[in-house]
Amino acid sequence: MDIFFQQIINGLVQGSIYALVALGYTMVYGIMGLINFAHGEVVMIGTLVTITVAGSLIKAGMPVILAGMAGLTASVLVCMALGWGLERIAYRPLRNAPRLTPLITAIGMSIVLQNVAMIIWGRNYLTFPPLLPKVAFEFGGVNFTLVQVIIVVVSALTMGGLLFLVYRTKLGMAMRATAQNPAVASLMGVNINRVIAAAFIIGSALGALAGIMVGSYYEIAHYQMGFMLGLKAFTAAVLGGIGNLAGAMLGGVLLGLIEALGAGYIGDLTGGFLGSHYQDIFAFIVLIVVLMFKPSGLFGEKTGDRA
Amino acid sequence: MAELLLQANNVAKHFGGVKALRDVSLSIRQGEIYGLIGPNGAGKTTFFNCLTGLYIPDGGGFVFNGKPLLADAPHQAAERGIARTFQNIRLFANMTALENVMVGRHVRTNAGVLGAMLQSKATRAEEAAIRQRAMDLLHYVRIESRADDLAKNLSYGDQRRLEIARALATEPKLLCLDEPAAGMNHTETEELRELIDGIRQDGTTILLIEHDVKLVMGLCDRVAVLDYGALVIEDVPAVVQKDQRVIEAYLGA
Amino acid sequence: MNKWLNPRSAFGITLIAVALLALPFVAAMGGQAWVRILNFAILYVFLALGLNIVVGFAGLLDLGYIAFYAVGAYTYALLASPHFGLHWPFWVILPIGAVVACFFGVILGSPTLKLRGDYLAIVTLGFGEIVRIFMNNLNAPINITNGAQGITLIDPVAIGDFKFSNTSQILGISLSGPQKYYYLLLALVILVIIINLRLQNSRVGRAWQAIREDEIAAKAVGIDTRNLKLLAFAMGASFGGVAGGVFSAMQGFVSPESFSLIESIMILAMVVLGGMGHIPGVILGAVLLSILPEALRYGVGPIQMAIFGKMLVDPESLRMLIFGLALVLVMRFKPAGLWPSPERKRELQDAGARNG
Repeated sequence: MDIFFQQIINGLVQGSIYALVALGYTMVYGIMGLINFAHGEVVMIGTLVTITVAGSLIKAGMPVILAGMAGLTASVLVCMALGWGLERIAYRPLRNAPRLTPLITAIGMSIVLQNVAMIIWGRNYLTFPPLLPKVAFEFGGVNFTLVQVIIVVVSALTMGGLLFLVYRTKLGMAMRATAQNPAVASLMGVNINRVIAAAFIIGSALGALAGIMVGSYYEIAHYQMGFMLGLKAFTAAVLGGIGNLAGAMLGGVLLGLIEALGAGYIGDLTGGFLGSHYQDIFAFIVLIVVLMFKPSGLFGEKTGDRA
Repeated sequence: MAELLLQANNVAKHFGGVKALRDVSLSIRQGEIYGLIGPNGAGKTTFFNCLTGLYIPDGGGFVFNGKPLLADAPHQAAERGIARTFQNIRLFANMTALENVMVGRHVRTNAGVLGAMLQSKATRAEEAAIRQRAMDLLHYVRIESRADDLAKNLSYGDQRRLEIARALATEPKLLCLDEPAAGMNHTETEELRELIDGIRQDGTTILLIEHDVKLVMGLCDRVAVLDYGALVIEDVPAVVQKDQRVIEAYLGA
Repeated sequence: MNKWLNPRSAFGITLIAVALLALPFVAAMGGQAWVRILNFAILYVFLALGLNIVVGFAGLLDLGYIAFYAVGAYTYALLASPHFGLHWPFWVILPIGAVVACFFGVILGSPTLKLRGDYLAIVTLGFGEIVRIFMNNLNAPINITNGAQGITLIDPVAIGDFKFSNTSQILGISLSGPQKYYYLLLALVILVIIINLRLQNSRVGRAWQAIREDEIAAKAVGIDTRNLKLLAFAMGASFGGVAGGVFSAMQGFVSPESFSLIESIMILAMVVLGGMGHIPGVILGAVLLSILPEALRYGVGPIQMAIFGKMLVDPESLRMLIFGLALVLVMRFKPAGLWPSPERKRELQDAGARNG
């Protein structure tokens, strides 16, 4: 039973990260119907910028807490600029292009960002600076660390803030209106370009946060780390019903839990036939099964809230 | 009395709490032009969608040509001989007018992948026949000069005609037209009336949803009126026109 | 067919045929590596045309196409290598590979084809990953795929004693292994092109296009959309299976690494960048995107040396960077692809005719 609760904790932490990244996908998809394949790369760049900024400041003798704040700020700003730039340069000219055109552009941008990152940061794994003290707790036979607690708490707060933004502010209303019907929204005086840019910028900021969490959690980073993370997060968004904010959050957490429990129990379940290296297939098998029975995801409805 | 082609028996459909169709029963005879009218939102198009398999009725069903129609099987409705047009024209926009009609021949032809790969004699003969029949139908609706234009580049009136030609290509026993005169001027409506009358003369039964009451009363043999999803009356135009409930339904709306 | 008899077209076709036949000898002057690059270009044309049936004709976004290629490749590898001690002839295995891939296509397609566009995309993507992960791990407890090490010593294509793997003399001309594969691939791909062309202008091809344009209207005229989508999916999968078999034989080695998601994405990029649904465009896209990274591989390093006198940037990443930028730029300035179907041109002509 201890393994069960341990895996629940692990899954919750991983799931919070998926959820933050999934929000970036789902916001953009909800508003413009685009799978922004390059979003995983934005997250990766968020991690690597933090390593460079915080790492070199710590080396220069700055207190860890200040260096961490500086790294966080730099990373969020760089990612926001990157998200804005992606939309402005790559996607905006393609608003009226055939449906698959922006998808290929997104793939192209993903390749570009990955290789730019490789040119800047090199091929090797980088160590993420220890921004948080290594404190571990034990509670009823289950172990968890300060980093894990912070990841879950910060994710929850951030997501709460996002929900407030989308459902309680004017910008949020404009976003929801655009998601429902861009043409009508623009007739009502909504500046579509600004709304779309905002979706990219906010999504990228969340991505930067997620990137820092991944770095703190796994303590290493690499120019290719964004790809699989992005893929899983996108899967989580679809699982929850893409375009739906709450769906992305729950989908992310659910995916994290399924993976953790799956990896913990797959050996027992299959009598040792399949080992934990099959962890990565759970995400996809669950996705396929869910979509067979709920073709628009767990919480997706054609007329539901989309932002 | 002519034979019955279609019987609707207590067809019901609701969306959430809204009852779009309340136990509608009506019958269409072989060879007639049957009008279905009613105020906006009365359930006419919902009835069409149930009949052609796009919606599954929540109650009741249809008997067509002596046999029940399967629910939720649009392609089978076409195969049984029910063809339709759409209120907001649905053509294959990036295919030519001719290709649109050729697609309509799909259900009456057989060539498969193997035939296409091998270009067997039978396949080539069938392909030539499809093309010929499609040309004939374009001629029939008098837009043969636009055969090689993309459907999206046709004028509105020609698009309506093309949609009818595509429906006719499936060799329907019953042709369902959903507001074919919508957005047409007087001359175009007159031409449409001639076209519909001609199709009936050539042996196809017609079910017509229309807002233009004058067109319906002048063209149809019998008319049914729907209001709030329920059948108000089903009779010859002269009787329907004088019916107090119909007048109220229209004025009330 | 009449236009084939037109002397100008006949001349053009002869010219292309001669060029295609002479190409491996020209390429060989730069070394056998260039012949291999040509072979891969043809193999990608093959794959892109297979995916074009699914994406271009039927409008189904498939991001896991490489899985079918992998299934074909492993089918060949397992039936013609020392791994299980089986050495079946290639003309038996290729059809088996096609059937097995087709079977997988139906298994995946039948429950998922009702999903709308982007949901289908992610499901196919997931399927591709599942297949790859299984290939990576099915070496225990029973060793089926030999895991990440892959399967080696796969039999080359052979007709009797005539092996495609080594150099031999034919009519006094010396033909290397890659050159022989070139002609085999060329023959296969011509067959695939003919099948594609014939399908496009057939009853089934029109039905696919109708589904892509408006699924509801397609149903209303009696098209069984579910079965036809499944047919497109299964056909695309079979093509992938055959291509995988040829790949296996030509390489003599397969491992899960060759079947990653980026390969699926690459093939999709070929289809879209060339001109989705338009066969000459797809061929162009496949040739360009398969040769461009290779040409860059040979070009990027020396050019840097020539300009800066030293290697400023890792050539491998610079090459992929240029590749990614090329994708973005083509889509920016040619959103319908480099060589879209004449439908677009026809549209412009129509507009011109009406105005003039």
